[in-house]
Amino acid sequence: MSGAGRIVMAHGGGGEATRLLLEERIVSKLGNPILDPLTDGAVLHPPDGPICFTTDSYVVRPLEFPGGDIGRLAVCGTVNDLAVMGARPLALSLGLILEEGLPFDLLDRIVDGVAAAAEEAGVPIVTGDTKVIERRGDDGMLINTAGVGTLREDARLGAARVEPGDALLISGRIAEHGLAVLSVRENLAFDTDIRSDAAPLYGLVDRLLGSGADVRFLRDPTRSGLAGVLADLAEETGFALEVEEEAIPITAAVLHTADLLGLDPLTIANEGKVVAVVAGADAPRALEALRSHPLGRRAAVIGRVTESEPPLVELLTRGGGRRLVQRPYGEDLPRIC
Amino acid sequence: MDKEGIRGIVDEIAALASGSDRMNLMEVCGTHTVSLFRTGAKSLLPETVRLVSGPGCPVCVTSQAYIDLAGELALRPDTTVCTYGDMVRVPGRRGSLEALRAEGAKVAVVYSARDALAYARRNPERHAVFLAVGFETTTPATAATVLEAENEGLKNFYILGGHKRIIPAMHTLLSAGEVPIDGFLCPGHVSVVIGAGAYEPIASHYRKPCVVAGFELEGMLRAILLLVRQAVRYEARVENTYGAAVTVEGNRAARELTERVFEPSDAVWRAMGRIPESGLDLRPAYRRYDAMDRFGLSFGSEVTPHGCLCGEVIQGKALPTECALFRKKCTPREPVGPCMVSMEGTCAAWYKYGPARAEGGGNR
Repeated sequence: MSGAGRIVMAHGGGGEATRLLLEERIVSKLGNPILDPLTDGAVLHPPDGPICFTTDSYVVRPLEFPGGDIGRLAVCGTVNDLAVMGARPLALSLGLILEEGLPFDLLDRIVDGVAAAAEEAGVPIVTGDTKVIERRGDDGMLINTAGVGTLREDARLGAARVEPGDALLISGRIAEHGLAVLSVRENLAFDTDIRSDAAPLYGLVDRLLGSGADVRFLRDPTRSGLAGVLADLAEETGFALEVEEEAIPITAAVLHTADLLGLDPLTIANEGKVVAVVAGADAPRALEALRSHPLGRRAAVIGRVTESEPPLVELLTRGGGRRLVQRPYGEDLPRIC
Repeated sequence: MDKEGIRGIVDEIAALASGSDRMNLMEVCGTHTVSLFRTGAKSLLPETVRLVSGPGCPVCVTSQAYIDLAGELALRPDTTVCTYGDMVRVPGRRGSLEALRAEGAKVAVVYSARDALAYARRNPERHAVFLAVGFETTTPATAATVLEAENEGLKNFYILGGHKRIIPAMHTLLSAGEVPIDGFLCPGHVSVVIGAGAYEPIASHYRKPCVVAGFELEGMLRAILLLVRQAVRYEARVENTYGAAVTVEGNRAARELTERVFEPSDAVWRAMGRIPESGLDLRPAYRRYDAMDRFGLSFGSEVTPHGCLCGEVIQGKALPTECALFRKKCTPREPVGPCMVSMEGTCAAWYKYGPARAEGGGNR
């Protein structure tokens, strides 16, 4: 094949080159009985009951980072969106948009990332699409994944169910994904052992929902971090939140690195964490359930829902002070001085 | 340090300050502004000790005319403006760089001067102009980049000079005498370069206590305690609670690097006007890297957005809450002035972290 081991426009032409690319590099790794016929659509036979349907696009740069890559992210992100809706993931679609010039070996690693994450999540890729676009810059690849899941009967989730007195939990240490990606941005590269936490969370959510605790609300704190979810929660529920900084799980390395960059760890992205609101009395049970799963070992109760006015998020800081928590406007940037 | 230890320092500050009128301490540096909020220090301090912001946020002190020039450069078809991200949202006369970029102007966000140099290398057919802003902390890096461009013979890299020196600005604030300041919480990172000794003239000439601090809660509170203690005893010395990083004489190598490439010059600060020796110009040997020269630019008039008090805020003359635009017409979503834009801007910090409930008090 021409192109010296890289994607060329012909790979998107729908002809022989496209067919070969799919067979050799994609379907061979993701194959399953629903995908293999390569028909124009996948036929699913979900059990009775409501279906949850979600989609997400992934544009992360660089494509690979400590602890993961755009492929792993694309699977985990969509599986997690289903999970926090209280849906059992059933199937995913995979849309690849490749730029000409993309090296095959990089593409191979990313498809491997997709395959491994899908296996981990126990969700098949049942349909997909591949397009090639003209080169825009370096290492170009975009992914869209959509997912369907079946809504669990025991999941009664929503901001409307949140009440004062409820407990606020997080399943583990924060800010690792965002810092891992920053650490390999071409222009900011710094040495760190921090790795992305990207992981499929349905197993963890299953444990939590199956524990019998009254779970009122779930969300994964991705872009805009824990701060974003807390701000959403206060806005959507109309209740204030009180959060203990000391209770939020975080490593010393993350604290130090964020501090060095002038970033607030609360606003940094996670890709393998879930924030849960549960009835106050059920907090111990919920915590135990989360901690019983490998992805929830470091889960913690970090705060509570209160009736304070106005309905804002207040952080009780390590030193005993108070401050507000708000969602960042865009992506927070490292400081200048 | 545990909560009890922190409480102990706060109690001591309160006890010392209780016998006097309200004290005004100025945190010179934008990172302190943010850290004082983020750590909860603001909420712990007694009403008798008020912290006001100083002219130490690089984006906030940058003149409107500079922002307008950056916009003009970005609109040139063959030019890319490379800038720290914080600068892209500051409104200029033709809109912010972010808005201009959406209209097709070339603006690349970089994290360092070297990053801009790398852009110039990768794109030999374009002029790359780095918006060189920041205090003594970032200047050596810009200087090193100019030397690197010189060594390589790069012909398409320029800087739009906007670096500032903090001590002349403190002189200007104090000699104007419009703001009652009882002491300075001096910047951590800048002092690593200029040394704690740089504040001696401020302490002795104007009789103002100066204490250098890092950005941890304990270090900042200890520094505030030292400032209050000096103030109630009518002392004025330079002290340093950030000894781990800051020496009396600072980082000579970094300063020499700056001096090799730049010479002090007058510079215009937002709302403070022209301050002698407070800026840096490229020396004649490196003048060809000056975007102003290369593209024949000159600063236009300084136009402040109507009603915006950013200029007063960075001089400690006004609190964000005293600006009629704050939280109403001016928010992080639609900022009017730079103090609401910058990650280290005072208004942004007040907006983001400010008191949840109106409790009155000096830091509310």
